[in-house]
Amino acid sequence: MSAIETGAAPAAAAPAADASAVLELQDLRREFRVHRGKSVVRAVDGVSLKVARGEILGLVGESGCGKTTIGKLVMKLIAPTGGRILRKGEDCTDLDRAATEAYRRRVQMIFQDPYASMNPHYKIRDVLEEPLLIHRVGGSRAERAALAEEVMAKVKMTPAAEFLDRHPHMLSGGQRQRIATARTLILKPELIVADEPVSMIDLSTRAEILHLLKTLQGDMELSFLYITHDISTARYFTDRIAVMYLGRIVEIGAQDEVIDHPRHPYTRALIEAVCEPVPGRVGVKRALNVTGEIPSATAVPSGCRFHTRCCYAKEECASLPEPELQDSGGGHLCACRRWKEI
Amino acid sequence: MSDNKDKNAKEPVLEVKDLRLHYFTSKGVVKALDGVSFRLDPGEALGLVGESGCGKTTTGVALLNMPSPPGRIVSGSIKVGGVEIVGMEEQELRRTVRWSRISMVFQGAMNCLTPVYTIRDLMLETWRVHDDAERPDLPKVEALMRKYLALVGLPEHVLGRYPHELSGGMKQRVVIAMALFLEPQVIVMDEPTTALDVIVQAQILNLIKDLKAERGISYIFITHDLAVEAEVADRIMVMYAGKAAEIGTNEQIFGEAGPAHPYTRKLLASTPRIKSRVSELAFIPGSPPDLVDPPPGCRFAPRCEFAKPKCHEAEPPFGEIESGHFAACWKAMEDPEYERN
Repeated sequence: MSAIETGAAPAAAAPAADASAVLELQDLRREFRVHRGKSVVRAVDGVSLKVARGEILGLVGESGCGKTTIGKLVMKLIAPTGGRILRKGEDCTDLDRAATEAYRRRVQMIFQDPYASMNPHYKIRDVLEEPLLIHRVGGSRAERAALAEEVMAKVKMTPAAEFLDRHPHMLSGGQRQRIATARTLILKPELIVADEPVSMIDLSTRAEILHLLKTLQGDMELSFLYITHDISTARYFTDRIAVMYLGRIVEIGAQDEVIDHPRHPYTRALIEAVCEPVPGRVGVKRALNVTGEIPSATAVPSGCRFHTRCCYAKEECASLPEPELQDSGGGHLCACRRWKEI
Repeated sequence: MSDNKDKNAKEPVLEVKDLRLHYFTSKGVVKALDGVSFRLDPGEALGLVGESGCGKTTTGVALLNMPSPPGRIVSGSIKVGGVEIVGMEEQELRRTVRWSRISMVFQGAMNCLTPVYTIRDLMLETWRVHDDAERPDLPKVEALMRKYLALVGLPEHVLGRYPHELSGGMKQRVVIAMALFLEPQVIVMDEPTTALDVIVQAQILNLIKDLKAERGISYIFITHDLAVEAEVADRIMVMYAGKAAEIGTNEQIFGEAGPAHPYTRKLLASTPRIKSRVSELAFIPGSPPDLVDPPPGCRFAPRCEFAKPKCHEAEPPFGEIESGHFAACWKAMEDPEYERN
């Protein structure tokens, strides 16, 4: 477990870096200019978090909350407009081409759609060897083939020979997501950004993939940034959960703390909205305590950005400055002034 | 539901018998639906659940007799409000069955609303296509539109809006209103909440619960998610590889005794729960069979932990385990109490 996160501090002096964290984001921001620069989407609006070695951090939120943008920022597919990205205490916000390549060897990604994330003309062998060629790992063809077989065993696709000469379309969604995992593992990364890795997979195999990722995490001391809209799978897979709303983290803490004792009204609503496979629910309406849908990130509400949907909101929630993440005990942080009253 | 006399007294709004729908592809005949039977009583909600490729969407479109090519209903019967629709002419189906007797909320329909039409135009078109009258009785149609938009919780001005001006949840409400406003007896809803965020999903499920309680609508709810069925379905039909594996009431499937079919049990064990703590999620090894050449015997046998030689040889009948609870499984029939926890 990592130490306490600081709230988004706009101070000039950057907070001290934590050398033990595989990933640290400090007040990270990303804006997009739209409508010919007339409006600004604040997709990520001051996010600070840490992922410790061997830790699985879940980043949970609705569509449009900025969770995928964070994934892209961490992968350095897009550049931040503010804040810092650190790896083991080293600033990796601005890297040149060679340094970016070295960074990406350590930070790999599993994409959501196992049908679109592989070249259909490639055989599985080529899919797995491509990262080796890009990063110039494994000198000879035999060496690369050996590495490919090794990772196939890790993701339980055995005998490897049976799959290596197939094309992606000959595999099921679950098998493809194993290959996608193998493709990240072949470079022996420290951190894997997994953006909705199971949301397109059938329920019956979803648990199998999560179980595999968890086993790999334990065996190889991997860290994960698990991005999902589904807080119920986060319960089974993560160590800590960060809940995002409209570009900011509103609550973060140990997985069971956040789910069993949610503090922020938004987290409460997210949990209340989850369906449970239990009898006696037909005709029983849910008390959601939120109204409407997520507002546009071009017009972030004043004060607490959740106040427009929150049933507990008072005037002060709109007029006072935005609440910062405050420790409510044991590293469980929440950005709500009134959580104790509700 | 458990009272048999009462059930027989009611005329079902929908009755499906031994329905077979096959896709005639270049790779062979895909037996997507291979003998499915069920009924739906007035005011009742039936859930269809299963993995992708099990035939749930195929069942949905078959109920409107509109299989997508190269699919064809090869045999069986579908009666909507007592009227047989298998074998009916296309023109007649469009004029007298679709939307007036049975309508459908298609999967992803909210993202397929024609962008250059206003909501009023879209609803009017639906009326034109499915109404018998030469010219629509505009004041009457307009009144119906307003009534049903209000019913799904949308303000009147939505009628003048274009789809891109509405949020995802609002578009889904529009699509539901479009399925309702010709006042059909049955509505088929195919994954109506899958593309929505959890909170919006819960709002739409609340709406469906209201419509059921206040308007008594009868519907078929198709989803891959058992947890959603627990919220909206009085009875649940679990499908596997083109066949019904199990049918039971909400209590029979989700109650303490647990479902009868090993497939349903696994599916339930692989459904995440947020409030009750379960240490590990289950999964089902392997994948569903190829429906061009399904295995002999029980179709689930290759993935089933209880499978015996008999299961691989003879197909189990759809047997009644208890009143109103059916399962196609040798094990469940011989030993209904097996390893229930």
